[in-house]
Amino acid sequence: MSLEYLILLKAELQICLLIFFLLLLKITRTIPNEKLLPLIQLLLLANFVGGFFYNQSGDLFDGMFVSNTLIHLQKHILNLAVYFISLLFSGWFRRCLHLTEFFVLMLSALLGMYFLLSSGNLLIFYLSLELATIPIAAMANFELTRKRSAEAAMKLISSAAFSSGILLFGISLIYGTTGSIRFPEIPLLLDGSALQVMAFVFLVTAFAFKLSIVPFHLWTADVYEGSPAAVTAFLSVVSKGVIAFAFLTILYKVFQPFNGIWYPILLLLSILTIVAGNLFALRQQNMKRFLAFSSIAQVGFILVAMMGKSPESITAITYFVLIYVFSNLAAFGVMEIVAQHTGNENRNALKGLYKTNPLLSWVLALAMFSLAGIPPTAGFFGKLFLITAGASTASYGFIIFVALNLVVSLYYYLLVVKNIFMDDAIEPLEKIPIFGSAKLGLVLCAAGILLVGIFSWIYDYIAAQV
Amino acid sequence: MTLEPGLYHLLTISTGLFFIGVYGFLTRKNLVTMLMSIELILNSVNLNFIAFNKYLWPHRLDGVFFTLFVIAIAAAEAAVAISIVINIYRNNRSINVEQTEEMKY
Repeated sequence: MSLEYLILLKAELQICLLIFFLLLLKITRTIPNEKLLPLIQLLLLANFVGGFFYNQSGDLFDGMFVSNTLIHLQKHILNLAVYFISLLFSGWFRRCLHLTEFFVLMLSALLGMYFLLSSGNLLIFYLSLELATIPIAAMANFELTRKRSAEAAMKLISSAAFSSGILLFGISLIYGTTGSIRFPEIPLLLDGSALQVMAFVFLVTAFAFKLSIVPFHLWTADVYEGSPAAVTAFLSVVSKGVIAFAFLTILYKVFQPFNGIWYPILLLLSILTIVAGNLFALRQQNMKRFLAFSSIAQVGFILVAMMGKSPESITAITYFVLIYVFSNLAAFGVMEIVAQHTGNENRNALKGLYKTNPLLSWVLALAMFSLAGIPPTAGFFGKLFLITAGASTASYGFIIFVALNLVVSLYYYLLVVKNIFMDDAIEPLEKIPIFGSAKLGLVLCAAGILLVGIFSWIYDYIAAQV
Repeated sequence: MTLEPGLYHLLTISTGLFFIGVYGFLTRKNLVTMLMSIELILNSVNLNFIAFNKYLWPHRLDGVFFTLFVIAIAAAEAAVAISIVINIYRNNRSINVEQTEEMKY
């Protein structure tokens, strides 16, 4: 019996072990960052590889903790993303004053995300959501002397606390009208009364805040710009992906009887999100703000797939998040390396990059092609499956509108590529030195962007797990 | 006529508290006051859970447990938020929202 507990909670226990190990290491000896960072990267790699063994499906604690093959797969994706982050931002990590604490916070957030994916009860759901957001606010404030870092952290924690207040109010109404907080019981007890619809609207609003869906996106760009790039990458890839998965669970499992209500809500939100994300991304000069609005637009495409109400939607979204890990992390990684060297986060810092730094240029160009959805890269297949999943229920007019917005997004992604390859630098860039591990991360991301779309068994494998 | 409070009284108070909290969060310029407004929202939720538990589902204690956890989480959240506010004060010598804002569109 106890062995079964250990095996079902294996992924969470691994993370707990890592956290305790890092804390003990911190209080017993002082290790310079140059030695500590490779150790942490190795541990995270071991965590990713270890995630593939002894995975079992089942329930624990009266259905509070659920584990199945799809959830294991989603946890693998998160592990991979965290490993890539530890590789790509080596330059920043080496100069970071409190490296151990940073990774302890990041792994705590990851632990919360694991429980969020596995939750089968609204109480565990709320607790893990908080565990997944509060450490990120502390991480956003990691550059203590920079004003912008503190401002970003404040905006993050106040919007997170406000949205969880709204979420809790919704949960309390659900408890009041159904008397249950268990995921399998709630759909049987929902009868569509006015209070339940209000509870549902509150829940959707809270998720819209957390996923930065327009019109609840106002904190996003400032938080992305002010935080250190490693935190921005974590926030935009890992956190967004997990919350998209959790939103899927809530919509498809808990609010299954309400699917007539959430369909028009999602339709409206996705139109607003795609259009506003695209239009604001057009006029950004700062690369981090630009990637913030581009991620808002990408969330809009995820919403299109959510409207499909079928297993294909879950497959398409999981597949898209996997591709998004590769392409967005590559973009953030290159941008951070250039910004660290030149001290300039704007797009025009990239001018003439190709002449002196071909590796960085090609990786960033691939990432931009993938985010825009241009065929040989994986991003095309991700977008294709998202829109196909949405098309199973949506009207063709809406799908054509979404496809046209893809064309608009091409403009700003290709503008970056034009800056790299065609424009001449005002003052020529010298060759930027890259740490070995960051180079490894860039090459792995580029390989992922090229190969994930070509190997069709990856999509089939995900589809078999759903 | 008895003056015993019923479910509707408690729900009216908690909904009122919730919207006072939302209004305070959206209008106040001081960061600490904004955090206090969030506490109001969380307390209104606690009141909701307790009221539903007492009057509607006395045999299911989920509501009471939820309240206990919400109180604990609110404390953790306030600790992180206050430390961020202290850091903002060290950098800016002010905790007014308008004077701390650097990033604009």
